[in-house]
Amino acid sequence: MTPKSERKKYKVIGTRPIRHDGADKVTGRAVYGADLRLAGIVHGKILRSPHAHAKVKSIDTSAAEKHPGVLAVVTRADMPNLKNKIADLGEGSVNLAHLGANVLAHDKVLYKGHAVAALAAVNPHVAEEALKLIKVDYEVLPSVTWVMDAMQDDAPLLHNDVFTKSMGKRASKPSNVPTHIHFEKGNIEEGFQAADVIVEREFKTASVHQGYIEPHVSTALWNQDGHVTVWTSTQGAFTARAQTAELLQIPVSQVTVVPCEIGGGFGGKIAVYLEPVAALLSRKCGRPVKMVMTREDVFEGTGPTPGSFMRVKLGATKDGKLVAGEAWLAYDAGAFPGGVIGPGAMCVFSCYELPHAKVDGYDVLDNKPKTQAYRAPGATQAAFACETVIDELAEKLKIDPLEFRLKNAAKEGTRRVDGPVYPRVGLVETLEAAKNSPHWKSKLEGKHRGRGIASGYWFNIGLKSSVAANVNNDGTVSLIEGSTDIGGTRTSIAMQFAETLGITAEAVHPRVGDTDSVGYTDVTGGSRTTFATGLAAHEVALDIQRQMRERAAILWECEASQVQVEDGAYCHKDKKLTFAELAGQLGHTGGPVVGRATVSPEGASNGFGTHLVDVEVDPDTAKVTILRYTAIQDAGRAIHPSYVEGQMQGGAVQGIGWALNEEYVYSDQGRMENASYLDYRMPTALDVPAIETIIVEVPNPAHPYGVRGVGETPIVAPPAAIANAIYAATGVRMTELPMSPPRLWAAMSTGKKS
Amino acid sequence: MVYIPSQWRDLTGAVDRLELPGRNLREISRALEARFPGIAERLVEGDAIAAGLAASIDGAIASRGMYSPVGPTSEVHFLPAIGGG
Repeated sequence: MTPKSERKKYKVIGTRPIRHDGADKVTGRAVYGADLRLAGIVHGKILRSPHAHAKVKSIDTSAAEKHPGVLAVVTRADMPNLKNKIADLGEGSVNLAHLGANVLAHDKVLYKGHAVAALAAVNPHVAEEALKLIKVDYEVLPSVTWVMDAMQDDAPLLHNDVFTKSMGKRASKPSNVPTHIHFEKGNIEEGFQAADVIVEREFKTASVHQGYIEPHVSTALWNQDGHVTVWTSTQGAFTARAQTAELLQIPVSQVTVVPCEIGGGFGGKIAVYLEPVAALLSRKCGRPVKMVMTREDVFEGTGPTPGSFMRVKLGATKDGKLVAGEAWLAYDAGAFPGGVIGPGAMCVFSCYELPHAKVDGYDVLDNKPKTQAYRAPGATQAAFACETVIDELAEKLKIDPLEFRLKNAAKEGTRRVDGPVYPRVGLVETLEAAKNSPHWKSKLEGKHRGRGIASGYWFNIGLKSSVAANVNNDGTVSLIEGSTDIGGTRTSIAMQFAETLGITAEAVHPRVGDTDSVGYTDVTGGSRTTFATGLAAHEVALDIQRQMRERAAILWECEASQVQVEDGAYCHKDKKLTFAELAGQLGHTGGPVVGRATVSPEGASNGFGTHLVDVEVDPDTAKVTILRYTAIQDAGRAIHPSYVEGQMQGGAVQGIGWALNEEYVYSDQGRMENASYLDYRMPTALDVPAIETIIVEVPNPAHPYGVRGVGETPIVAPPAAIANAIYAATGVRMTELPMSPPRLWAAMSTGKKS
Repeated sequence: MVYIPSQWRDLTGAVDRLELPGRNLREISRALEARFPGIAERLVEGDAIAAGLAASIDGAIASRGMYSPVGPTSEVHFLPAIGGG
């Protein structure tokens, strides 16, 4: 999808070198958190609440402390008092009292699985046995796990010190609604009056988990000199350090976080859970303490993404022009404030040019684990609602759904409902690519089959990144980056560095640094790493190049400004040295060359995608089979196309899981009933066909190579695309996720036709 | 041009946008407060943009907090803060 002339400009970017960490990963030598072995290591376990909502009247740890093999026990009493403290964690601020109370419950437990106490013992089995000796006296309270129930005046109140804030305006009465967001654009009444066709629908989505394969794992050593070292699986070593230091109320310089290899995060490994607890246990017992969650712990104590209720109304003229849109969104935040309603409300109409719009969004507390970001947090729910209504509107107007989207697509100059105006963006190009794709042009034949389309958007953020580099005398460069590598970013960052410097990707040896070895870097999240840390790598390469020109100038007795760089080689008149040749002469031209850069780019890179899907619905069982799936996305510039395709495929498959199977199933007592991979049904390779990908490249004007970031957008469109395909196959409009066989079968049986 | 979020218009008499003097967000917030008392309480906490809020200047999320520069023709919006997964 990129003109050949564009591609020719680059030697490294756009190629597919073998990933630098590939050998370690495929041979099992990569060190994950669970692989860590330290002398004297002991094992920590957490006691979790059996109740969804209860007062903790007392905790008696005396029997556990006396148990042979137990070395330390901690409870809320060991945590510093963090009332009313707000900490800036780079990607956002956090109320430390809430974060601390999530790590170890204070006066109340707020969800089944909430951590109550922890202990360390000589091995995990002794630790598990000893947990049973901790006596907790609970006063069970009524609980609520559905977002709309939690908003009612008579709902159980989770916190008596949380008041609704509306862009900083605080209500006077405590509530389960910490945040209300409201956007307006134009005049909504006039807009709907101008509409010839209006569609309004209500939607529900279930809580789903990020589903990373590797459970949370942390090891902490609180040394006798007061320094704490934490080895952990995290999306952001510096953010983990800040949270740990703030929760323990020790200086940030007293904490070193060593990020281990990470087996997936998707937004769920930004908040800390185990790190401060392991540190407290280590302080008590004087030994390194390792803590590994079980899968049940992960489901019940971490993540998930919000369950939601949404109402979306759109109006269009008979010639197919959208004139007005209204959305009302309620997302649950789980047990503590700070869900993802903000981006949900900002994204709901982000794909369209809407002259008149109104959006209300509510962040709602209920007795579930504190929700965390999950790939384009908040956008997938909103797109499910909006894109389903768009499809129905197109049908009523008798306009092809792709053409309807093209006619109304957001583009450069479109003002979003929340205010800002888009710079150059690529939604139209993804729709054009979809229109010209083999998939869209193919015929779908057969009974009970249907084709669906949907588009999706995610901001992609900037934030702070740091990179350092050392030139080796054999012509290679050691690159240290602050971003943890989840999706192959070592290589995509190294490739940008190599391109700028004119060397090969293989000549760069990238590694992820700990918090003492590289400058501050925000989390690997928000689709920012290839964009922002790549930008830092580009600047380091320019720094190195400047210094190498100075070294060549010493050799050639000329000014550095007289040294030209051509194709990565350094030239002056008839003299020429390759980068490697010049690197070999650093020792006698002044010593080592090192470079460093830190950046904080401000521009969001605006990622748009369009997905196509063909499904077949079994009329007897309502099982949905994905026959063909194509993900199309504007990557700005695909640095390593295989990784971009991998992100698009991974996001699509996760979105298929949201669409068809995944959900937290709650009992009447607010207990999750399917906290295992046997019962929480994620798609496997057997459930999906090969996901076809089309990379569109509309370069981001805010990046030297045009990178937009690609990790999150691909999860946004799938549920809506599949819902639209199911409608095409069955005539049933599904408005609730997941569209699992029981739910779809019920809808088909009752003839819930459009 | 500074755009007033709809939820602050109870303080602005429904004014939804206005030109204000200021070379950075600090000066803009002071000018806003002078014109519409009470806005700073919603926008500022201590010396920073309030938790949960962000400022967009000419389409980009400001990364320097209250020190973020604002040009004479800049467009300023106040938005919910976003992160990512």
